[in-house]
Amino acid sequence: MTDRAFKAETLAIHAGQIPDAAVGARALPIYQTTSFVFDSAEHAASLFNLQTFGNVYSRLSNPTVAALEERVAALEGGRAAIASASGMAAEAMALMTILQSGDHVVCAGSLYGGTLTMLSVNLAKYGIATTFVDATRPEAFAEAMRPATRAVFAETLGNPSLVVLDIAAVADVAHAHGVPLIVDNTVPSPFLCNPIAHGADIVVHSATKYLGGHGTTLAGVMVESGGFPWGNGKFPGMTQPSPGYHGVIFHETFGDFGFTMRARMETLRVYGAALSPMSAWQILQGIETLPLRMERHCSNALAVAEFLRADPRVGWVNYPGLSDHPQHALLQRQMRGASGLLAFGVKGGPEAGVRFIEAAQFMSHLANIGDTRTLIIHPASTTHRQLDEAQQRSAGVLPDMVRMSVGLEHIDDILWDIDQALAKAGA
Amino acid sequence: MPNDDIATLRRILKSCRTIAVVGLSADWNRPSNFAAKYMQQHGYRVIPVNPRYEAVLGERSYARLEDIPEPVDIVDVFRRSEDVLPIARSALAIGAKCLWQQIGVKNLEADRIARDAGMDSVMDRCVKIEHARLFGGLHWAGVNTGVISAKRAG
Repeated sequence: MTDRAFKAETLAIHAGQIPDAAVGARALPIYQTTSFVFDSAEHAASLFNLQTFGNVYSRLSNPTVAALEERVAALEGGRAAIASASGMAAEAMALMTILQSGDHVVCAGSLYGGTLTMLSVNLAKYGIATTFVDATRPEAFAEAMRPATRAVFAETLGNPSLVVLDIAAVADVAHAHGVPLIVDNTVPSPFLCNPIAHGADIVVHSATKYLGGHGTTLAGVMVESGGFPWGNGKFPGMTQPSPGYHGVIFHETFGDFGFTMRARMETLRVYGAALSPMSAWQILQGIETLPLRMERHCSNALAVAEFLRADPRVGWVNYPGLSDHPQHALLQRQMRGASGLLAFGVKGGPEAGVRFIEAAQFMSHLANIGDTRTLIIHPASTTHRQLDEAQQRSAGVLPDMVRMSVGLEHIDDILWDIDQALAKAGA
Repeated sequence: MPNDDIATLRRILKSCRTIAVVGLSADWNRPSNFAAKYMQQHGYRVIPVNPRYEAVLGERSYARLEDIPEPVDIVDVFRRSEDVLPIARSALAIGAKCLWQQIGVKNLEADRIARDAGMDSVMDRCVKIEHARLFGGLHWAGVNTGVISAKRAG
């Protein structure tokens, strides 16, 4: 007999949470506690030695947070996951667990601005070099590989460039060099794309976005596939006794979730970007409806893209869900929808774009995506402001670009607000 | 066709109480010691089978399965795949109920011998990880347990 492979709609509601043993609560209890009692000194010692599984302190693990971790791991088809205080914290946890001074990263150039800065400035400070490459060309990743390369990083659907990553091709490049492919899958969410099925080894999310969906709560998740050969000789931190956790050999002891255990005990425990139980609970309320919401985000965004493309006041539209988008076929091969993010230019340049944003009635001008509400922003003057124009262009940010995260309002009302704001932008 | 679905593994781990651990190490940070200590702490009687030691984890160690003077439910194998066949024959000879080859250990012939004799047989899985997966603990480590259920935990 083999176990049933449940589908995403079912996993989104059930994975990671069964009625609790003590009282049988059907919904997930919020374990708002910093600490957990030990049964005995022997029990405490076994927990600290990782000889038994259990909860010690909520910086390391917490039952409410664990439900979120297992749910996202299940939705991604991964082996294990760790939640963190934000999406940036999830990325930092993945990178800092793998990398050390002298290592090198090959990274897509078209990225969320915060990620670009983390690699080009913050990790560079600790002696980790990064080469940024054109994410549309898998061969560009291959050309940038060095002996010291220990990770490849990219977004499955670039924010705000909307570049579609050829996950299988870039995974092949990474694996030919014996290093993992880490992807940020925030924009598609695990409902639209499962990068592990295409060869990715680690998936990170800003759960703040579509996973939560309600724009109330910050959170991040890192998922491990369970398939990467950490014992290939390039990752001594996985195969030698850990100086950071009294001699545990993570790969040997925990097998296909050894990377997650190491990230938890060496990185999350030390740097402390743990997720609060209350926040985990709020994100989980959103995940239960993720499949329904993503379907509507996709259909609304496609309708908006088609409207904008037909409007003479709009110079250009970038939405990979449009059938004439150059990466549309690749997107269809990897994702079951193009998500709710699109970018366009209002004729009249950056000033017209800014006027459009200020003229909106209910579309919100703010720096987030994946909310129920339709959101708009001018990336060049906000999210990517810390980059110069050349860096902005390489990140896929054009001076006149308006980024829109299409929400769940009625499509007629969204198109009405766009139309009236375009009218005012041109005046 | 492996027979290691959730219902089968639950039945094995609930009905068996005595585990002979072949190749159990006395070093606290070796995987076999981790697994055996975990099983001890969760109410199982662990019997070490390793000629190198007098005792491990407070239990007398035996050189061979045939030397154990009491009934054994699970024979848990921490040895290389090519060394499992004689262990499977010994497991059968002492009337064990289940041959359990640890993660990374997979001898198909041993599996066949056990099944043909009506024993349960599990390959390439860790007894500790499966217990933790199905009875609670592994979930707290963020692992995808595959358990979908409206019944209470435990």
